[in-house]
Amino acid sequence: MDYIYLDNATITKPHKEVIEKIMTIIENKYALATSQFSHTMGLESKEVYEEARNIIAHSIGAESKNIVFTSGSTESNNLAIKGYARAKKRGNHLITTSVSERSVLNSMKTLKKEGFDITVLAVDSSGRIKPEELEKVINENTILISFELANHEVGTIENYRSIVNIAKKHNIAVHIDASYGYLEIPINVNELYVDLITLTAHRIHGPSGIGALYIKKRTGIKKMMDGGFNEMNLRAGNESIPLAVGFGRAVELFDREMDVLHTAKLKKLLIRQLYDKIKHISINGDPDKSLNNLLNVTFHKVEGESVALHFDMEGIEVITGSACFSKSLEPSYVLMALYNDHERAHGSITFSFSRYNTRNEILKTADVAKIIVDKLMKISPLKEEK
Amino acid sequence: MTLPYGKKLLEHFKNPHNAGIIKDADAKATEGSPACGDIVTLYLKVDEKTHKIKDIKFESYGCASNIATASVITDLVKGKTIEEAKAITWKKAADELGGLPPIKMHCSVLAVDTLRSAILNYEEIHGLIKDKKPTSRNKILDRIKHVMNPIRGEDIVKTGIVQDVIFEKGKVTVLLNLEEDNQFAANISEEIIEQLQSIWDIKKINVKFTV
Repeated sequence: MDYIYLDNATITKPHKEVIEKIMTIIENKYALATSQFSHTMGLESKEVYEEARNIIAHSIGAESKNIVFTSGSTESNNLAIKGYARAKKRGNHLITTSVSERSVLNSMKTLKKEGFDITVLAVDSSGRIKPEELEKVINENTILISFELANHEVGTIENYRSIVNIAKKHNIAVHIDASYGYLEIPINVNELYVDLITLTAHRIHGPSGIGALYIKKRTGIKKMMDGGFNEMNLRAGNESIPLAVGFGRAVELFDREMDVLHTAKLKKLLIRQLYDKIKHISINGDPDKSLNNLLNVTFHKVEGESVALHFDMEGIEVITGSACFSKSLEPSYVLMALYNDHERAHGSITFSFSRYNTRNEILKTADVAKIIVDKLMKISPLKEEK
Repeated sequence: MTLPYGKKLLEHFKNPHNAGIIKDADAKATEGSPACGDIVTLYLKVDEKTHKIKDIKFESYGCASNIATASVITDLVKGKTIEEAKAITWKKAADELGGLPPIKMHCSVLAVDTLRSAILNYEEIHGLIKDKKPTSRNKILDRIKHVMNPIRGEDIVKTGIVQDVIFEKGKVTVLLNLEEDNQFAANISEEIIEQLQSIWDIKKINVKFTV
C-alpha cells in the first residue's frame, strides 16, 4: 500500500541524500574519532564529525565548541536540566510548564526527588506561558527556566523573546527545547538570551538517534553517564559519526520554500477542507502562530483512536491524543492543560506534513476524514448532547 | 498488518453488528464517560413472558476494542434469556474476538458491565428486584475486580495490586500496592471510583497508594 504519511511531527522521512551520506560514512569512516592521535583513519573520522558539528553550530549562530552531540532530544533535555541543576552550587528552584515534553517534566520530577524545588507553570489556552505568572513564581533561588520553542503536540510557538527577557532581568538561565521548530524558527544565540538549546535531527529529515545540546560558554553542566571523556567530557560513549554527519547533511538540505512554505500551504488547505466538510471540529492551540507543518484538530463526539485506525486502514498515518493511544490510558496532558475537556482530548488527531506530502494527498485525507467521522458519529452515544 | 488486533476484532470494528438505537426499548444503560474516552450504551427489547432478549442495539464512543466488544456482546446475547445473558463474562467476550491486548481488556469489562446494567434496569422496571441489601466488603471486592491491570490484562485483585479494602460507615478505602507516579495510577484510581460510586450505600471513596 502507498501510505500517506502525516505523522511528520513525530518523525520525518530521512532525505535520500542523508541516507546515502550515512551509508558512505558507515562504510568508510568507521574508525573512532577519539583515535585521532593514534591513527590517520581516526583523524579522518574526526574531521567529518567536526564538520557536522560545525554545520549544526552555525545553524544557530553558535561555535562548534558549544555543541554536544547526544542520542536525541530526550537525552539533550535530560542533560540540560539535570546536568545544569546538579552542577549549580547555589539556588535550587527550577521552572517549566505543564505542556513541556515528558523528558523535561520527568527530569524535573527526578530533581524534585533529589530535593530541588520545582514549579510547573500553567499555560494559557493556546499553550503559552503567562508572563505575569512567570514573574510571580521567580524567587531568589530560581536557577533555570525550561520551555519549548514550539509545543510538541499543538505546535503553538512560544513568545520566547518575552520569556527570555524576564529570565534575563532576574539573571536566570534559560533552556529552550527546540526539538519542535528548529530551523523553521530561526534562532541566533548571539542575539538571544539563552544558555541551553535542545536540537534534534529526526524532525528535519535527518536520522533518528542523534540530537545535540547547545551549551553557552561557561555554563556548568554535570555529566550523566560515566565512561570516557568524549564530547568535552560531557557525554561518555563512542561518537556516532554516521548519524552526526547525517544530522549535518539534513541541516544543509533545509529549504524554507519546501520545508516551511509548502507545508504551510498544505496545512491551510487541510484546515479549509475540514471546515467545509465536517460540522463539529475545533483546531487546538493557536492556529495563527503555530508550526507550519502541524495541525491538531478535535473531531467532536468521536474517539481519536478509532479515527486514527480508520485512517490507517485507508493508508493514511496520523496520531491521536486519546487515552487509548497513550501508554498510560490517560488522554493527552497537553490538551487537558489547554482546555480541561476530556472529550476534546480524546477526539484529537494530529496531522503533520513535510515536503514529501502533496496537495492531492491532503484532498484525499479530507475526503476520508469526512467518511470516518460520519461513520463513527452514527454509532456515537454523544451525538444528541452538543 | 502489524496492528495489535486480530482479524475478527477488526471486522467488528469496520462493520459493527447491531449498531444503533431501539426507540421503544424495554431497558437501556450507559456505562463509561467522556473522561475515560470510553462509553457504551445498550438498548434491549425483552420478551415479557420468556425473558428472552429479542433485540439489542449498541452505541459506542471509544476505540476499536470498545466498538468490537460491544458489537460482539450483542451477537452473544441475542435470543438468550436475561439469566443466560448475565452469565456472560468479559473473558468470554474477549475470547470471542480472538483475544484483546492486555491494555485493552478494560473495554471488554465495560461492554459486559453495560450489559449487566441494562439487565438490572430491565429488572428494576419490571419489579424483578428484591429489597436493597447493605453492601459487604466482598461485594466491593467483586466490583473492583472489574478494574483491569493494563499490563497483565487481568483484574487488579487477582494481580495483587489491591492490598486491602476497608469499608466503614459508608466510606470505602482502597489500598493499592502501587506508586502514586506509576504510569497507570491515575487511570486505575479513576476506574475504581467509577465502579463503586453507583453503589447506593457508599458515600465516600478513598484510593490510597501505599508504595
